[in-house]
Amino acid sequence: MPYIPNTDADRREMLAAAGFASVEDMWEKAGVKFPAPKLDGIPEGKSEFEVMSYLSGLAEKNATHLINFVGGGYYDHIIPAAADAIAARGEFYTAYTPYQPEASQGTLQAIYEYQTAICRLTGMEVSNASLYDGGTALFEAMMMAAHITGRRQVVISAAVSPIYRCMIECYCRNLDLERIEIPDGHGTDSALDAVIAAVTDRTACVIVQYPNFFGEVEDLGGLVAAAQAKGALAVCSAYPVALGCLKTPGEMGFDIVTGEGQSLGIPLSFGGPYLGFMAVKSKYMRKMPGRVVGRTVDLNGKTGYVLTLQTREQHIRREHATSNICSNESLCALNALIYLSLCGKEGFRRVGELCMSKAVYAREQLLAIPGVTPVGSGAFFNEFVIETPLDGAELVGKLIDKGFAAGFPLGRYYPERKNQILVAVTEKRTREEIKALANAMEALL
Amino acid sequence: MAKYYAESHEWIELDGTTAKLGISQYAADSLGDITYVEIPASGKAVSAGDVLCTVESVKAVSDVYAPVAGTVGEGNADLEADPGALNADPENTWICKLEGVDAGSFDGLMDAAAYAKFVESL
Repeated sequence: MPYIPNTDADRREMLAAAGFASVEDMWEKAGVKFPAPKLDGIPEGKSEFEVMSYLSGLAEKNATHLINFVGGGYYDHIIPAAADAIAARGEFYTAYTPYQPEASQGTLQAIYEYQTAICRLTGMEVSNASLYDGGTALFEAMMMAAHITGRRQVVISAAVSPIYRCMIECYCRNLDLERIEIPDGHGTDSALDAVIAAVTDRTACVIVQYPNFFGEVEDLGGLVAAAQAKGALAVCSAYPVALGCLKTPGEMGFDIVTGEGQSLGIPLSFGGPYLGFMAVKSKYMRKMPGRVVGRTVDLNGKTGYVLTLQTREQHIRREHATSNICSNESLCALNALIYLSLCGKEGFRRVGELCMSKAVYAREQLLAIPGVTPVGSGAFFNEFVIETPLDGAELVGKLIDKGFAAGFPLGRYYPERKNQILVAVTEKRTREEIKALANAMEALL
Repeated sequence: MAKYYAESHEWIELDGTTAKLGISQYAADSLGDITYVEIPASGKAVSAGDVLCTVESVKAVSDVYAPVAGTVGEGNADLEADPGALNADPENTWICKLEGVDAGSFDGLMDAAAYAKFVESL
């Protein structure tokens, strides 16, 4: 109602011109019947304080104070207060979607800088303006590979997040795509060899995760070369914080890199909003889905930013579009850019190093408990798997009562790993918290 | 052999069994500044009316149709670096070649005069 600019005088003039006595008269003559809504059972409105009180009570049912050792793709990292303080500025927070560049230079520049940051992080040449989350980004990468190669077979490692694989399976249900899933090798190299062996000249892409779902860090260069030798694209889903310390997927030669940007200054928030990133080799730029911001000069030679290569998108290319996504996660991408800018290259590396050293310490503490055994002996970043005599879900449940989200019970997605839990450690965890977890776990075993 | 035109504004010029094709002045003018030409991959067999490739301008993406049947041959590599050449001189800038073309299949196409009349009627 407040958005219709017609005045009462305008309405009277229109009605007179159309020959109606009133709006009701018009509806009646047009034969339009309005249902009479029944509003009897709706109670009286409550005061602002009563509503706040009621909703706070509901919110308190959430367990938000558990000491968090759960990862599995979404991590409890420190978010500097400055990140929200900048992102919450009205100029950013309520800015409209940037289809009119002359009115959106701030937003567009921020997205351009975000794209630059993602390229540097992943070691790749071109990034898009972001996608919805790591899972849909991986799906988009797979579809991109299918379009580029013209092939309909996809090889995916079971060491890729089971949540992402579930999303991909859902999206593919009505698509003519053959998905070949290679079982995880329980921490041995044989898993990668099996993935390589499954690639044929009918494969559009091979999909792996780095570090993999179990936290293992593997050198994927050999896999990339083997896939590309058969004309398939190499796709990597990566954990961005790890990229500050490890060899980048770009250095390994991957064609497409995607991932979840939640770890870059975005709160866990019970599942979202999150941030999908995608970066590709230059030669695939025109096949990338999503928005892309470019830098150019205006008529006066001044630097300006625009949404570019829009001929990939559905509002221009219709059914030949690279994808149906015509949006991005602008605010989350902004948070990521602010976070990375505040950390700086050295600071970001330091975050990763803290994650690694605390994970090593935590693993030592947990393995010192009688009955706890390690799973996998290779290099890991900040996540590792342990096995106990108890069922993983049961153990995690008991530790919740002690105030810990101790880890992710792998049995939920990997039936042969019923007694294993995946433990993640970030820079946020203290020595005291880690020791307390170890003590609590020991008491239960 | 002379140039012939399709109603979808492609021109085609036959030399033995190899033909060169491109888009007409009218098409180039309608598209506006051309920013990218997707050169079709050689080896593909096409029938008359099949989409050969796409031409992108600042405001639209247009399909380029094969005026006659044949096998896609060499593509004009110059267009990768300079797609604007299609705006500068569309009637003399070929996009790709078609091999194995049958001279008899040109019956449905217009000669330059007929095409000029057709464009006037639009």
